Amino acid sequence: MIASAAPHGRNISADFLADRAKFVRLETLRLARICGAGHYSSTFSAAELFAALYYAHLRINPAEPKWPDRDRFILSKGHAAIGLYPILGDLGYFDPKLLDNYTKLGSPFGDHPDMKKIPGIDFSSGSLGHGLSIGLGMALAGRVQERNFRVYCMLGDGELAEGQIWEAAMAAGHFRLQGLVAIVDRNQLCIDGHTEEIMKVEPLEERFRSFGWDVQRIDGHDFTAILGALDRLKPAGEGRPQMIVADTIKGRGVARMELSLDWHVANLVGQDYDDAEAEIRAGLKPRIAAGASHG
Amino acid sequence: MAEKRATAQESQEQDAIFRGTGGGDATLKDKASVQGTPARLLPAFVLGEELADMADKDTRIVVMTADLASANRTRDFKLRHPGRFFDFGIAEKNMITAAAGMAAAGHIPYAATFASFSAILGAEQIRTDCAYPRMPVRIVGHHSGMSMGFYGTSHHALEDLAMMRTIADLTVVCAADANHLRAILRASLEQPGAMYIRLGRGRDPVVYPEVPPDFRFGNAATLREGRNLSIIATGSVLRATLDAAEQLAADGIAARVVDMHTIKPLDVDAIRRAAAETGAILTVEEHNITGGLGSAVADALVEMERVPFRKHGVPDEFVPVGPPAALYAKYRLDAPGIAAAAKELLASARK
Repeated sequence: MIASAAPHGRNISADFLADRAKFVRLETLRLARICGAGHYSSTFSAAELFAALYYAHLRINPAEPKWPDRDRFILSKGHAAIGLYPILGDLGYFDPKLLDNYTKLGSPFGDHPDMKKIPGIDFSSGSLGHGLSIGLGMALAGRVQERNFRVYCMLGDGELAEGQIWEAAMAAGHFRLQGLVAIVDRNQLCIDGHTEEIMKVEPLEERFRSFGWDVQRIDGHDFTAILGALDRLKPAGEGRPQMIVADTIKGRGVARMELSLDWHVANLVGQDYDDAEAEIRAGLKPRIAAGASHG
Repeated sequence: MAEKRATAQESQEQDAIFRGTGGGDATLKDKASVQGTPARLLPAFVLGEELADMADKDTRIVVMTADLASANRTRDFKLRHPGRFFDFGIAEKNMITAAAGMAAAGHIPYAATFASFSAILGAEQIRTDCAYPRMPVRIVGHHSGMSMGFYGTSHHALEDLAMMRTIADLTVVCAADANHLRAILRASLEQPGAMYIRLGRGRDPVVYPEVPPDFRFGNAATLREGRNLSIIATGSVLRATLDAAEQLAADGIAARVVDMHTIKPLDVDAIRRAAAETGAILTVEEHNITGGLGSAVADALVEMERVPFRKHGVPDEFVPVGPPAALYAKYRLDAPGIAAAAKELLASARK
């Protein structure tokens, strides 16, 4: 049992977090089967990040989703919502049974998250490139209102090609919003191929530092590394906005999906579904080359 | 020669507006008049000051612009509420989306820039981040239509109403003058959801000598009664429309003039009354003839008894460069042009 040094007084073990990441992947399988399509691999790369943020780090209160002083979480890569919904249900934002009608006509839960329909979703997303600007606005609001919440924004690496990301990155540095935290799920792939072949995003640390950000780079599947990076974050206030580049593997947890271009949107059926489920239940297998393919 | 002089003066005026007249840190209160017109009657000089007055009483209000704090006088707001003013530089998409983020945290943001770079450049951000999540963001699109004159098509916005009015849950409203803008801004505090506020060039002539006390979104205002036809107009062309009605009266034609300030939600009852009581409708707008006020009125009219109807606006083409007054004359959006269009409608109705 590794006790996390989570900042808000919670004492969460790495085993528990690993179990919750497993839960994210299993629920992703289950929900995708309901509608016959899902963003498996983009969600699997973020499973450990989701678990660490929601169970060990964010200052939130599921009984009061609109608590003005809460930390905010913006899922700019909205297509990974299928992995976030189960956590919000698990934490008590809504009855998890509601997820049984995932994507059915009139369901609050679509492929992309809707803040007006789902308690715990701090902003609607889906159109890539917008989330960092949303987070920027929320962090500015925190400054105007003299509140000390932080705003966390999870970005996909592919969406870094959107120009608006760099408008927001420039403004966050300019306004010296230390309360804005961006987490890049650096899972290496966009839809058409490797990011570095389709539209090069590296070197991320240098690029963001030159825009006025502090940058940490970690293994995004390693809870010790994730919690360590989150613990090192500075409080909201006047200073450099903060970036965590989390090196991850798109599709992590199901070997056939890992760094494969075939599973961005897909549907597992029959034996394939059962095999994937068994593999996830068995837990993550070490990968020697984990996260090393950039650069 | 007289025309030449007028053109030169027009150019200077427009240039001053673009750069932001006044310079330095002068506020509206310091500035009694601009070329003879009291500053308090010019929309360009009202925006920042009115918002600052409102913000004295309402801490939700924040104001932002994209490197145009002088042109739209949001600088006047900055001087009084520096902690609640944000200049995003030339990054309109980021400004509009960040406004939505601020709204999600409890603010009512007013985000002002040229109509061409708010409604047109930022259309997706307005739809996806402001209107759909029903954020109370107020997009202020100034220098709309062809009021940027010789700055050319990149700086014109003759498509903004068409684009904005197809977005669900978005209030779309046009200010005719300074007092009208004041009424719109004050009422905007209580209007749910996102809003697009369209302004003209900032020195639009007076339509409302006082702030209209009964302004309500979606309630058209009858500015002049008449029984021979109704002219339904919006925003920057209202003064010319009223002047046209005066010219028509001299020819024995009594025109009702309706200020359809709110393009969405549209006052369908006012259109129904105009059709039933005056028997003919002309719409007037500084906008492409496709998709704006005229199209909105036409959408309502197809559900009603048939009456003679014409849309008067800019034809479906990119307009040439030229001083605004020359463009209004060319496209018959001045008083004589509107009066002529009204007569043509009535003549065709008699056939």
